[in-house]
Amino acid sequence: MSSDILVLCDHEDGQFKSTAMELLGKARELGGSVTALVVGFDGVDGLAEAGADAVLTVTGDAFGQYNTGPWVKALQLAIEKAQPAVVLATASMTTKDALPRLAARLGLGLASEVVELKLADGEVVGRRPVYAGKALFDVRVTSSPALFTVRPNSFGVPEPEAGRSATVEALAVALDAADQLTTVADVLASASDVVDLTEAASIVSGGRAVKSADGFDQMIRPLAAAFGATPGASRAAVDADYAPHGEQVGQTGKVVNPSLYVACGISGAIQHLAGMRTSKVIVAINKDPDAPIFQFATYGIVGDIFTYCPLLTEEVKAAL
Amino acid sequence: MKIGVLLKQVPATDTRIRINDDATGIVTADVKWEINPYDEYALEAALRIKDKARRTEVIVICLGGKEADKRIRDGLARGADRGVWIDDAALLGAGSLGTAQALAAAAKAEGVDLLLAGKQAVDEDNAQVPAMVAEILGWAQVLVISELELSGDGFKATRDVGQGTKQVVQGSLPAVISCDKALNTPRYASLPGIMKARRKKIAKKNGGALGVEAAGNMVLDSNWGLPPERPAGRVLEGEPEDVVKELVRLLREEAKVL
Repeated sequence: MSSDILVLCDHEDGQFKSTAMELLGKARELGGSVTALVVGFDGVDGLAEAGADAVLTVTGDAFGQYNTGPWVKALQLAIEKAQPAVVLATASMTTKDALPRLAARLGLGLASEVVELKLADGEVVGRRPVYAGKALFDVRVTSSPALFTVRPNSFGVPEPEAGRSATVEALAVALDAADQLTTVADVLASASDVVDLTEAASIVSGGRAVKSADGFDQMIRPLAAAFGATPGASRAAVDADYAPHGEQVGQTGKVVNPSLYVACGISGAIQHLAGMRTSKVIVAINKDPDAPIFQFATYGIVGDIFTYCPLLTEEVKAAL
Repeated sequence: MKIGVLLKQVPATDTRIRINDDATGIVTADVKWEINPYDEYALEAALRIKDKARRTEVIVICLGGKEADKRIRDGLARGADRGVWIDDAALLGAGSLGTAQALAAAAKAEGVDLLLAGKQAVDEDNAQVPAMVAEILGWAQVLVISELELSGDGFKATRDVGQGTKQVVQGSLPAVISCDKALNTPRYASLPGIMKARRKKIAKKNGGALGVEAAGNMVLDSNWGLPPERPAGRVLEGEPEDVVKELVRLLREEAKVL
């Protein structure tokens, strides 16, 4: 059986995202020939250096905006063309939409959001968190190809290898009515340019202790801005309307995987801890010395966020 | 209009997860089960459509084992009209695709025009079944929505595509739509609702009745474990001004995250 790997490469604003490079590097490590699939963009910069041996690009009006039908068709045709044993894609709102539909169409197995991938006896084995990270298991996919989505920031970006080259080919994707069941009528862009929580390298989160939406805006957002971090919130803060649901971290919000997580006034309910416990460094600021969050914190500060957040904001601003 | 609501029972979100002795899954003996939280938004969305258009029928469709009928009954108490309980051990072990085949068959048998689901079940967090059901039925899908508008057989749904950006997606029924928390605030069951629900019907089905055969699960799990313990941290003490200085120093020099 071939061990060739097809990697769906994320891009944004005319550039590949670091997650695309991360997957190409991992694919190269897992062996076989690596094909990068690029949908809705005709760039190729950096793909070969990150690990691609071949690049398939799909462009055209139907691919300017993510839309389920055209994307699934592009993936289907890319699989027919490249005949991979494994397909890798970064877990995102796009791939969570397209890959299950693709899996059902082709009768394939899909393992969602793995955080590790390795070879065991020539077979790719993933490890994935379940119950929002309260447990993990090893996962094998018996179909060929085997489909995996990978949580962002799981492997790190490989050092580019100068001098590698890749063949580039445009893949023609013809669409019929069944591929165009929905249309994207409008795109409401966010006013902020912060990185999405699921991909953020640093996050500053606020809990119930911010006391109000104003408290959130005055304590959490400036500190997040100082760190260059994405703001997050606990379920308690979201349910009290201190922050929008899109910023919720935890079991009924987003599961995050940053290098730095600063928890301000968050006690550390089990649902919240589940969503952020893989953060590399956790800072906790909380008045209650017995708050469960301190058992997870790399650095803890017992104190009032209304004292510490402004001081820390100034200190970080001065330092960065 | 007939609306199907896909409903799953999951361990309550405050469950402390324990792994069984042979590392093949979690210990379920003392787990408290509840409706998957995201499915509650789907059910609420269906009930709000019914509140406005009285001739709407809301059918709760659930693949689940022991006690799943209690979750269906909870849905009926909140206002759904009837339930379909797919109780079939072979289908329960057939993975996301097998689950989707069973649910799609049930939706088809009921003549549903719109299927609403939660964006994912908070047990195994696959987030696969709604899109698979849509593909099997050949229907449109819009996943992870925060707003929904229906007019005739047309729909317009707003979905989060990350980074705070939203897409407004439109199409025609039939469709599968999966719901996020921002969509609504689910109602509780009222006492009269609970009384009424006792007389509502739950049809029990298996794969044979639905004409689906459980295929082997292509996604195999093993070696279950708990996440690694985090190394003990430290509490910084002193005057607030000194503490924040020390924290920034540690983040930069020791943790190297700045």
